[in-house]
Amino acid sequence: MAAKTLAAPPAGLVRKTKRPRFGWWSRYRRNKLAVFGLGWVVLFFIIGVIGPWIAPHNYAYTNFLAANQPPSWQYPFGTDSVGHDMLSEILWSVQNALEIALGATFISFLVGAALGLWAGLKGGIADQIVMRLVDFMYAFPTYFLDLILVTTFGRGLAPIMFAIGITGWAGYARLIRGLTLRLREGEMVEAARALGSTQRHIMIAYLWPNVRNSMLVALAFGIPGDLTVMAGLSVVGMGLRPPLPSFGNMIAQAGTNVLGFPWLLYFPAGIFAITLLSFLFVAEGLQEALDPKGGR
Amino acid sequence: MPDNALLTVEHVSKRFKVGRRVLHAVEDVSFDLPPGTTLGLVGESGSGKSTLGRIVLRLIEADAGRVLFQGQDLGKLSQEAMRKQRRYMQVIFQDPLASLNPHMTVGRAIEDALIVQQIGTKQERQEMVDEALRKVGLSPAVRDAFPFELSGGQQQRVGIARALSVGPRLIVCDEPISSLDVSIQVQIVKLLKDLQQDMGLSYIFISHNLGVVRHLSDTVLVLYLGRVVEHAPARELFRNPRHPYTRLLFDSILRIPKSSATRRKFVAIPGEMPSPLAPPPGCPFHPRCPIAVDKCKTEPPPLVEVSADHVAACHLAG
Repeated sequence: MAAKTLAAPPAGLVRKTKRPRFGWWSRYRRNKLAVFGLGWVVLFFIIGVIGPWIAPHNYAYTNFLAANQPPSWQYPFGTDSVGHDMLSEILWSVQNALEIALGATFISFLVGAALGLWAGLKGGIADQIVMRLVDFMYAFPTYFLDLILVTTFGRGLAPIMFAIGITGWAGYARLIRGLTLRLREGEMVEAARALGSTQRHIMIAYLWPNVRNSMLVALAFGIPGDLTVMAGLSVVGMGLRPPLPSFGNMIAQAGTNVLGFPWLLYFPAGIFAITLLSFLFVAEGLQEALDPKGGR
Repeated sequence: MPDNALLTVEHVSKRFKVGRRVLHAVEDVSFDLPPGTTLGLVGESGSGKSTLGRIVLRLIEADAGRVLFQGQDLGKLSQEAMRKQRRYMQVIFQDPLASLNPHMTVGRAIEDALIVQQIGTKQERQEMVDEALRKVGLSPAVRDAFPFELSGGQQQRVGIARALSVGPRLIVCDEPISSLDVSIQVQIVKLLKDLQQDMGLSYIFISHNLGVVRHLSDTVLVLYLGRVVEHAPARELFRNPRHPYTRLLFDSILRIPKSSATRRKFVAIPGEMPSPLAPPPGCPFHPRCPIAVDKCKTEPPPLVEVSADHVAACHLAG
């Protein structure tokens, strides 16, 4: 054997133990904000499912005798001007918020993925069309597009979800087109082909791991973005039609009376803000933890 | 075709459509590669070296001509048969990091080659991975490292180990040292040479580093605009280049003069390589050729044997 083994690589470069299978979790765990965010997000999801059952009152039940109550044991978050229990309303809102945010993100992602894949794989004229559309969507204030769509199709759950979803795909399309282009012509795929990999194997073992993390992170950033848009629609009176409970409505209404009954603003706005931040913390934590170069 | 050739390339051409125009990447190239030998492919950027390497591996389909590997016409093989055949023909890339999957550890990357070719049981594969790493001079301990955690030279060794693991007879080395530091280049060249001696490998060595090509190659093929301009045993070619392009190519190598008496003026090849989208008529080299005559502008020169085993495509070389 002519080739001599080189001097042992420097310590620290080579680990003695096997790489832990869930390496990403040990990296994620070091970001305390991300851990907190994940806890809150999980709680938010649980409330989204069971909220209506644990709510002490019906969110739509008006009780003028108990209007404008400050927080008490009976009404922990107080009541509004028509006697809605704020705690119950918040518990119900979570479900609507999640349905719209998840649904809209999913629609955006589907549209973006389809167009991005088409542009990236086909190239040429398809790429030109998609990228000019993306430019248009970036240049056009999508918020106004949302308003137009919602005024046209109504203020229910489905129209709002659809409106936010159909206007938010540009980022996904651009991301997926970029990934596709980079990977399709890359040496990694060529090397895999040269080894004799089947198309299926290349997809599963080479392409998917390299797009999975970027997509997951993009989705994690997309959800709080869509929550914000949804609340923004309520602020101009174009969100979910009351009495359907939503954070945006509660915040918008409380804002008109913040000096007299401040708890109407504090609780929904506080919880909404913490939720948005939690989603962002999770997204950032994922971004760091899923990158194999993110340290060990 | 000599009976003993491992690889025979016959009149291979490849054209790419670029918009409405046609790029002549490789034009009518033929050569033989006996087992255990190295063919050097040299030429400027855009001369079709890499395209030719990929055609040999059938990573790109040729438009004309055929490639015989171990007596089989690769173009006639089914997808599945070709996939199996790839075990015997491997490739090493210029940028080792780009050719490795960032989500696979070194050990997993090499094992994947074995899995794809359905070689060995899980247990045997682990030993084969260690063996492949040892062969390229790496400690088996690097198997749990990710590619980005290694140096450029180590990454290239991993690339070589992956190619070796499946037991190839031919390795296409596509500029395997161009992206490495000079000190590492020497190590990798030496490694390739040692592996060839130990395992009887054949190489197609693509490079624009003429010194390394001279050191490694048994025969050298000089490409210009996708055409063979000269093809000869390495010693013969470097001692006695017949085509004006080859001569200019050799003259453009920077050498450290031994004394001021041997100091020469640096000579670059005049002009630019013409666009392969619009190759000049006649001899493709005539616009830059210092000795071109009228005939060169109209009549493409055939490849003629100028001495034993030495062919050149020049009207004035005979």
